[in-house]
Amino acid sequence: MFNEIYELVTGPLAWIGWGIFLLGSVYKLASLWSLAKKKDTSSIYYTKAKFGLRSIAQWSLPFGTLGWRETPSVTVVTFVFHICLILVPIFLSAHVILWEEWFGVSIPALPNHVADVMTLLVIAGGTFFAWRRFSVPEVAFVTSGHDWFVLGVVVAPFLTGFLAYHQIFNYEVMIVLHVITGIAWLALIPFTRLSHMLVSWYSRAYIGSEFQGVRHCKDW
Amino acid sequence: MKKPVFDRKIEDIGLETGTSRLTPEKIQETIQNVLASETGAKLKVYHDTCVRCGLCSKACHYYVSHDGDPTYSPVGKVVQTMAVMIDKKGKVDADFIYRAAQIAYTECNLCRRCIHYCPLGIDTGYIMSMVRRICHKLGVTPQYIQDTAHSHSATMNQMWVKDDEWIDSLLWQEEEARDEFPDMRIPLDKEGADIMYSVIAPEPKFRTHLIYQAGAIMHEAGADWTMPTLHGWDNSDMAMFSGDFEIMGRLKRDHFERAQKLKVNRIVMGECGHAFRSVYDQGNRWLGWADYPVEVVHSVEYFADLLRTGKIKMAQKVKGPITIQDPCNIIRGRGLMEDLRYVAHAIADEVIEMTPSLEHNYCCAAGGGVINCGPPFKNVRVNGNKAKADQLRRVKEQGVDLCLCPCHNCHGGLEDIIHSNELGIDLKFIGDIIYANMVKTKAVEE
Ligand code: HEM
Ligand code: SF4
Ligand code: SF4
Repeated sequence: MFNEIYELVTGPLAWIGWGIFLLGSVYKLASLWSLAKKKDTSSIYYTKAKFGLRSIAQWSLPFGTLGWRETPSVTVVTFVFHICLILVPIFLSAHVILWEEWFGVSIPALPNHVADVMTLLVIAGGTFFAWRRFSVPEVAFVTSGHDWFVLGVVVAPFLTGFLAYHQIFNYEVMIVLHVITGIAWLALIPFTRLSHMLVSWYSRAYIGSEFQGVRHCKDW
Repeated sequence: MKKPVFDRKIEDIGLETGTSRLTPEKIQETIQNVLASETGAKLKVYHDTCVRCGLCSKACHYYVSHDGDPTYSPVGKVVQTMAVMIDKKGKVDADFIYRAAQIAYTECNLCRRCIHYCPLGIDTGYIMSMVRRICHKLGVTPQYIQDTAHSHSATMNQMWVKDDEWIDSLLWQEEEARDEFPDMRIPLDKEGADIMYSVIAPEPKFRTHLIYQAGAIMHEAGADWTMPTLHGWDNSDMAMFSGDFEIMGRLKRDHFERAQKLKVNRIVMGECGHAFRSVYDQGNRWLGWADYPVEVVHSVEYFADLLRTGKIKMAQKVKGPITIQDPCNIIRGRGLMEDLRYVAHAIADEVIEMTPSLEHNYCCAAGGGVINCGPPFKNVRVNGNKAKADQLRRVKEQGVDLCLCPCHNCHGGLEDIIHSNELGIDLKFIGDIIYANMVKTKAVEE
């Protein structure tokens, strides 16, 4: 029974998840681009690589901008959360084996204890964000179900993966849940707020160009 | 946490009559139309990707001044207005539109300070101006600003100044000035002049001495300049802020065409922020120009140039420290902070900066058309800018009695803030100080 479910989720379901993520992302970007070409021509016109990259570089520096300096705790957590969030799923040793199996590529793996700590950091970061959504008025006021859902989906694979790895509760249940939530994580990126991963590069580059190029003023 | 309610409705006859004429169908159709035809990927991306992190909150003087009331944060304003319009596909009621109009017209100055705070680069000022656009199309606009937009459309100037009154004001100021500078002219419609000098309509209406001063400075500097007698002389643009983009476009075209008909090399504009925004940011884009068709030089740049090249020399400098108000539309909007610093140091002994300053400065809370929404909303901007009062108080404690303020809106806004907080700081345009303290080689001997 477990084996069949496991086969199903890591087989067809995983492919469907990847498919939705990749095709969805392409669709999202392509449809936005064609809409922008119709309706936001001035924004496209002003966007320049030089300014855009400058802006992205500056905002990639923790405390490199006025906004990052103003709320230091969020800045630190945001950077740690995102770095771990992206590195762990790619370089976790158990996943590195999958990449080899599925795509035939072999990449180096993170030592398990490091990945373990990073996983905990994602969970801790998620807990911090959840706390903010409850207790910080300017966050609570703008929080809706969508934000909770997204936060839950993002943290879930880390939580279940951690529990499975340490064999807490039922390993078999946890690993299946882990795979399912991980697939959901991917598949939801193009269709939820998580799409910020795909498009925030461009919105940053655009506003950076608008400021540096047109307004002769830095945007950080 | 219990969500705060909107309990600050302000009575305004424009918003009231406007909303009383709405039907659910009209609201929905208008919202859908604007969203489909006038917005695109930009708004969609802002709406879809804003992660509701609240980091933009501390950027906004309204939020800061109301002790962290989340309903005044940039994203807080978005979730009370545009986000609902989009999510409900326009199915909102008249009360909602009233609230949305009050928020967009009077609780956001479109100052774009929040850009410095949002990691994703979301432009709340743009979102708010699209809310205004919808409200304008629904006929729900605060009465006072609507009146200026009407004036623009009927007279091509903001203050119902009649053609003969305009010329009269210019001749009057010339006559006055000739007592001091016997050879001075305000050259009218001089074809082929180097400079067309344009002002906002409140200058002839109630700050005429500014035209005198500008004339005196031009004269002393030996500039080859002119002022137009016909429409196009007013560079202001309240239609841009009321959401009447069609009128905005007409105004900007008129202004530039006047300069082209006079065959001038460039336009120098008076000390105004929003008029500058209308030529490099909004009006030009509406008309499909990447930049302006005739070079526009803001007074701050022009004065800096006169002082640098020695065409104007200061006989004396202001004694004691002054501070500088950085107007959003020329600083965060167009990067004139260095020129403004140059001028300030050239005309004063000592400059004490406000904190924050330069491109991070707080808005005056009068800009973006807020002061033009008139007396009903005066307290919105005064109480909504304790942040500015605190900034000013800190420099006052360091001995500052004078604030250099090269923008009409900032003047109006800061005047009210200074007055109601009893700060005792004088506000001056750059032109006021240069005119008063420059070397006057062409004036009559006293
Ligand atoms: C790689 C490009 C990405 C960039 C530049 C980026 C940037 C940001 C920024 C600036 C924030 C707001 C600050 C905060 O609240 O932490 C944020 C929030 C968030 N990001 Fe990302 N992100 C990226 C990718 C991702 C991915 C791949 C995920 C997960 C699938 C993700 C999940 C989240 C979540 C859940 C939040 C909201 C946290 C909260 O509830 O406040 N991000 N991101
Ligand atoms: S007033 Fe300025 S800082 Fe506040 S929301 Fe509007 S643009 Fe942003
Ligand atoms: S900082 Fe940007 S992403 Fe965060 S809530 Fe404000 S607008 Fe949204």
